Amino acid sequence: MRVLRSFSNDTTMRMLACLLLSFGLALNAQADLAERTLGNGLKVIVKTDHRAPVVVSQVWYRAGSMDESYGTTGVAHVLEHMMFKGTQAVPAGEFSKQIAAAGGRENAFTSRDHTAYFQTLQKDRLALAFKLEADRMANLTLAPEEFAKEIQVVMEERRMRTDDEPHALLYENFMATAFEAHPYRHPVIGWMGDLKNMTVADARAWYRHWYAPNNATVVVAGDVEPEQVFALAEQYFGPIPARTLPERKPLVEPEQSGMKSVVTRAPAKLPYLLMAWPAPKLSDPAKDWEPYALEVLAGVLDGNASARLSQRLVKERKIATEVSAGYDDAARGPVQFMLDATPAEGHSVGEVQAALKHEIVRIQRDGISGKELQRVKAQVLAGQVFQRDSLFYQAMQIGEWVTAGLDYRLLKQRFERIRAVTAEQVQEVAKRYLVDDKLTVATLDPLPLPEGKAEASTMMGDGHVR
Amino acid sequence: MSAKQWFGVLLCGLLALPVQAALNIQRWQTSQGARVVFVENHDLPILDISADFAAGTAYDRPGQYGVASLTRHLMGLGAGAWSERAIAERLADVGASLGGSIDGDRASFELRTLSSVAEREQAVATLAAILQRPHFPKPVIEREKARTIAGLKEARTQPEVIGAEAFQIAIYGDHPYSAASRVGEAGLAKLRQADFIDFHRRHYRAKALSIALMGDVSRAQAEAIAEQLADGLPAGEAPAAIARVTVNPVGKTQVLPHYATQSHLFMGLPGLKREDADYFPLLVGNYVLGGGGFDSRLMKEIRQQRGLAYSVYSYFSPMAELGPFQIGLQTKRESTDEAVRVARETLRRYVDEGPSDEELTQAKNNMIGGFPLRLDSNKKILGYLSVIGFYRLPSDWLDSYMAKIAAVTRDDIVQAFRQRVPLSAVQTVIVGGQPNAAAAK
Repeated sequence: MRVLRSFSNDTTMRMLACLLLSFGLALNAQADLAERTLGNGLKVIVKTDHRAPVVVSQVWYRAGSMDESYGTTGVAHVLEHMMFKGTQAVPAGEFSKQIAAAGGRENAFTSRDHTAYFQTLQKDRLALAFKLEADRMANLTLAPEEFAKEIQVVMEERRMRTDDEPHALLYENFMATAFEAHPYRHPVIGWMGDLKNMTVADARAWYRHWYAPNNATVVVAGDVEPEQVFALAEQYFGPIPARTLPERKPLVEPEQSGMKSVVTRAPAKLPYLLMAWPAPKLSDPAKDWEPYALEVLAGVLDGNASARLSQRLVKERKIATEVSAGYDDAARGPVQFMLDATPAEGHSVGEVQAALKHEIVRIQRDGISGKELQRVKAQVLAGQVFQRDSLFYQAMQIGEWVTAGLDYRLLKQRFERIRAVTAEQVQEVAKRYLVDDKLTVATLDPLPLPEGKAEASTMMGDGHVR
Repeated sequence: MSAKQWFGVLLCGLLALPVQAALNIQRWQTSQGARVVFVENHDLPILDISADFAAGTAYDRPGQYGVASLTRHLMGLGAGAWSERAIAERLADVGASLGGSIDGDRASFELRTLSSVAEREQAVATLAAILQRPHFPKPVIEREKARTIAGLKEARTQPEVIGAEAFQIAIYGDHPYSAASRVGEAGLAKLRQADFIDFHRRHYRAKALSIALMGDVSRAQAEAIAEQLADGLPAGEAPAAIARVTVNPVGKTQVLPHYATQSHLFMGLPGLKREDADYFPLLVGNYVLGGGGFDSRLMKEIRQQRGLAYSVYSYFSPMAELGPFQIGLQTKRESTDEAVRVARETLRRYVDEGPSDEELTQAKNNMIGGFPLRLDSNKKILGYLSVIGFYRLPSDWLDSYMAKIAAVTRDDIVQAFRQRVPLSAVQTVIVGGQPNAAAAK
């Protein structure tokens, strides 16, 4: 993402997204959804919502960091940056300038699974977004001098988000440990060595491979008429020819055969702990039950202020200051069920790990109460109403599902399926998946802060007056 | 397709002001004297409420830094007939979410609930207890103090936090707007239950409260809810207003060493009030300087042309008294001096010259054309209602927004910047710094 926080790279955002994703769309019918596939394979999905005279347009490419190779990690995200660096018709910087002049907001983000570009505009300005997006889908310049500057910007982004952020470093180490074969082991932003050696030719190859209408989905949400959107899509994207996409080999992570652990040492004050287990993901949203049971499990552990982990570890035992659970079941690659925690002062990572384990064992042994189950479902029910307040999120959810290979029309059923989860099913998935042999533990071991350099307290402590 | 054709497409979109239905803002006072701002809207079965008290961090007293923030936080952890856990469960059981925030001026509680009667009543009754009858239980106080101290320790290893705090102290000196940066571990540890009870009694008064409501209730229901929320709050006048900010005319530069790979820059001074004759000139002017993303001069100079930073910006944050104007960026240590020099030159040139006509047009087009985007959800509208109510802005503040943007001239901006951003008074904090800077000098 160019300016905003990257969804993919940030643990907090990811965990938040997991919670949000547990809520299905509230549709009594599918009347507000329409879809058309153009002759060149571009899929166009329209979600109508007439509450405000505004439209969100998102172009999703099914190409993310999981499609990268050793030596060129980060190229999906670098290309995302380069997409703002001009075509023959729209010179570098003009894309953003034209959208801004129309009163729009725009940005882009890259994740492991996809790269997406979006604009929010007054409803009658959708044509501008389509025109500009269609142009850069086919005609990107990729000038070497622009690349040379932008790769520096991306390295600054990596320094800011990862190199100077202990939790982000830990997450990077965790992914590289949990996944041995699957390319999810690479950070979305790329390894610094790969960024330093990246060339404009790498970006060009990436663009040539993946930026084709038959590898893209356009999602439009807002105060629009579907037929008009389809006509505009045909007008602007229709002329772009389809291309043969590279073969996608199945990427299979071998089954884990024992507990794994990794330690990150970085300057910090507090230790930190992340525990994760491989978990099933959604494949048929109308028939699956395990992913929904895992969603509910995450809710029972951490879905509200009275949920188990916070109640037990933070409030009653006071051995952790922060704790959370996360699970995201819509993805192209393998997914994980995660817990993370910050030990309270005087308590070790080992103690907190044992306490988290104990909470898991309690559920495996005793199950969950009917009240807990009802509470999580009440939140799901409310959440699916609340999310209708955000146009952007509604479009986002559709795009996520489409790139994950899921039928977005089943988002509604997903909600019903979560409501159908039983306490027994929650206990069952806890038993089946949260087992020691499949666990990966990542620990932040704080290094002393380099001497006399980071301590600010003498300057900003109580009573200090300057 | 030629560039000229592209420009043609662009222009047709710009000339008309967007059609935006005016918000029907209703205002009244509760019988206790709390102000209420309400917009009725039945599109979604949701009610959003914001309860904003003049109880921000600027009301911390020296020696008690952190009391305002912790009071707000602790209020939700046990109140009325309910324990901390019971409150959490009551809200979760109806799917409601209670959040909040604090800044120098405001301590806020934000409740989002389904508007159906049973859910709404349970959620609102819980919020009412939190506002009026918090327990401040001792064990919870001790636990939350420990958590806050832990969080503070960790945060103060991070260059962005170290820099932001040093900057706030640099521009505000002894003014209460620097209080949030003066919270210390020792001071927090000394806070007692009586301090929180006292702070609540003095600051959480009906006359210090502004309630914003947005969504699926009638006017009569909104009145009853507001009455319920303000009921039982201590009577009496709200504490005195926040003192005026005096701008220190002598700008200084501090370099705080740090081990991070990037240096962080903070540069600015006390800049803008909520009710301020220069509000719109500074807002529009800042779009061109560093608020307008890729349209802005700072972004062009620092990122686009030199690749020196990922993020570079400037903003005015209007407060009851002068809120901060700040320029910020992060760059690798080796390019610290260059980035700081370019940022300073960009600011100096902008204060000297102001925007070009083309830049001004672009800024206005974006701010006017983007206005409907500011009001496209209940959550966003609630945010504006909360500001309008708390700062006693006129009800047509949003309706007149576009016309006021449109009326700003180049001269207004030049004058406002010269007057409000005197370069000699700009304070600079650099965390990190150029490696071997001393050796080089």
